Amino acid sequence: MNGKRAVTDVLAGLIFVVFGLAFAITSLRYELGTPLRMGPGYFPLALGGLLVFLGLLIVGKGFIPSSSTEGEGRLGSVPWRALFLIVLALLFFGLTVRGLGLVPATAVSALLTALASYRTGILVAVAIAAGLTVLCVLIFVLALQLRLPLFGPWLPFSS
Amino acid sequence: MELLDNLALGLGTALQPQNVLYCLVGVVLGTAVGVLPGIGPTATIAMLLPITFSLEPVAALIMLAGIYYGAQYGGSTTAILINLPGESSAAVTAIDGHEMALKGRAGPALAAAALGSFFAGTVATVALAVFAPPLARAALRFGPAEYFSLVVLGLLASIALARGSTLKALAMIVLGVLLGTVGQDIYTGTPRFVFGVRELYGGLNFVSVAVGMFGVAEILRNLEDERTRTVVVERVKNLWPTREDLRRMVAPVLRATGLGSALGVLPGGGHVLAAFASYSVEKRLSKRPEEFGHGAIEGVAGPESANNAAAQTSFIPLLTLGLPAHPVMALMIGAFIIQGITPGPDVITEQPELVWGLIASMWVGNVLLVMLNLPLIGVWVRMLTIPYHILFPAIIVFAAIGTFSLGLNPWHVYAIAFFGILGYVLIKCGCEPAPLLLGFVLGPLLEENLRRALIISRGNPTVFVTRPISAALLAVAVGAVALAVLPAIRRRREVVFQDELS
Repeated sequence: MNGKRAVTDVLAGLIFVVFGLAFAITSLRYELGTPLRMGPGYFPLALGGLLVFLGLLIVGKGFIPSSSTEGEGRLGSVPWRALFLIVLALLFFGLTVRGLGLVPATAVSALLTALASYRTGILVAVAIAAGLTVLCVLIFVLALQLRLPLFGPWLPFSS
Repeated sequence: MELLDNLALGLGTALQPQNVLYCLVGVVLGTAVGVLPGIGPTATIAMLLPITFSLEPVAALIMLAGIYYGAQYGGSTTAILINLPGESSAAVTAIDGHEMALKGRAGPALAAAALGSFFAGTVATVALAVFAPPLARAALRFGPAEYFSLVVLGLLASIALARGSTLKALAMIVLGVLLGTVGQDIYTGTPRFVFGVRELYGGLNFVSVAVGMFGVAEILRNLEDERTRTVVVERVKNLWPTREDLRRMVAPVLRATGLGSALGVLPGGGHVLAAFASYSVEKRLSKRPEEFGHGAIEGVAGPESANNAAAQTSFIPLLTLGLPAHPVMALMIGAFIIQGITPGPDVITEQPELVWGLIASMWVGNVLLVMLNLPLIGVWVRMLTIPYHILFPAIIVFAAIGTFSLGLNPWHVYAIAFFGILGYVLIKCGCEPAPLLLGFVLGPLLEENLRRALIISRGNPTVFVTRPISAALLAVAVGAVALAVLPAIRRRREVVFQDELS
């Protein structure tokens, strides 16, 4: 087994297998129907099976030592901090934009995202967040007239 | 004459002051994202889609199209001046363009790129006007079986022409189609894969998919390795090419225009392939192949013309069949749908001002780009001094607000995070994100036509191979995959993509 080639192929293949299985198994809960009159479960079940098959092929390919070039097949570094903060920022925005309103949700999300970079200190991040919040209010509320409340019902001072 | 009438109608629409303004906004934004590495036209168009909701359909599409071909121009500017292709198709331009800049001939290189692109764009616009109506008329006779086969062809051909592992691209398509089934079933209304979340009944939003896979994933890739960009810009002198330059440009530009126009129509091919193909053709045909890689003007004029021609003609399958050739066109489908128009062969007859206005606006946009880019080159390059750690929070926040505003649905924002992570991991594993997005957009079309065709044929699956057009389309699709898998052709394909860059 060639250790280099394996990692990316095996991981990609496993992701496809997991998704394929998840879709196929869930679609068994829906009516399958017949090929003549397919039910809602037919198409996803067939494709889920196909995806599992393709995923297994890719995993298999990962175990075959091949003439892969140097460097290919390794994952490399992952920016864990950025990954965590950006996901957190998006979830925070989705969860709070209705309750807190556009301004606080945007400001906090922008702050979290700005901190994703190792180059950004807390002061710079605050400045970026403040600037972006103003910019977003100008663009989305003033220019594009989106009907989003600036401050939402969760805050005491907004009615 | 029909063609002239159509073009006149189009120009009349495109030249309305409001539409010229949106065209200008589009090409300026496009040039900007073309210049900036780390944000491409796909993510930009996805982010701006929600905003276009409040615009007139024509204005919205004109602006979004402007972003797409404007990015081709912008990408070449930085490729030439600082060897930093802002857009993937400009990677070829960097080879000889930057060499020319190093020799003090940045001006002629930029002019060659702009003039070549302008010429190619003009010709491709006419090609679009000539070929779109007959194709749309032919497509009007398509039944569900033909449509199913056409979508299969579109999906499979996109692998044959894309980079990377065929197997992984196939799996990405299937995954995309599966993700497209989330939401209520079209025939029975059964909610599928929603896990009790009411907000998902309408399905995942393709804006979330595109912003996640192309925006967030790309940002994470860039944050793996944070470097400072140092930008040294010298004043560009002597913009005008010499008579000798012009003479050497003519043939490559003509060839590249034809090549690019043809390749642009193919699914998955588009502008990147066109640029690479043109470069290898010019190198092979040149009497001075040794100059390539050392500042041959043919190596700038050819690829730049080719990618611009391809950028325009890739609208042909979209406007006539409703079939996107690549991710940006998939987003354009979304733009049509947001405006309440289902793209397909009837659009051209039912909404002639829209289609012809869009086509004519591309020519207007090309004029604007030439006027805008050559004199303002300094401004564009100075944009590179915007640090990335300010840029990427802006991308994320705009994406979140824009996607939320589309349906005031927080699940569309969570989906960005989901697709960001999924896209990041899969891209790291060597899977291209484009097939997934195409599969996602075309998936519902695939399922609907499959089921409808089988109902009409009373469950007889041979309908796909006994109807001649459908059979031909499927045969081409199988051929395309065979081409991609055959080792000899595979190797040559990789040569086209990689050899030129090394």
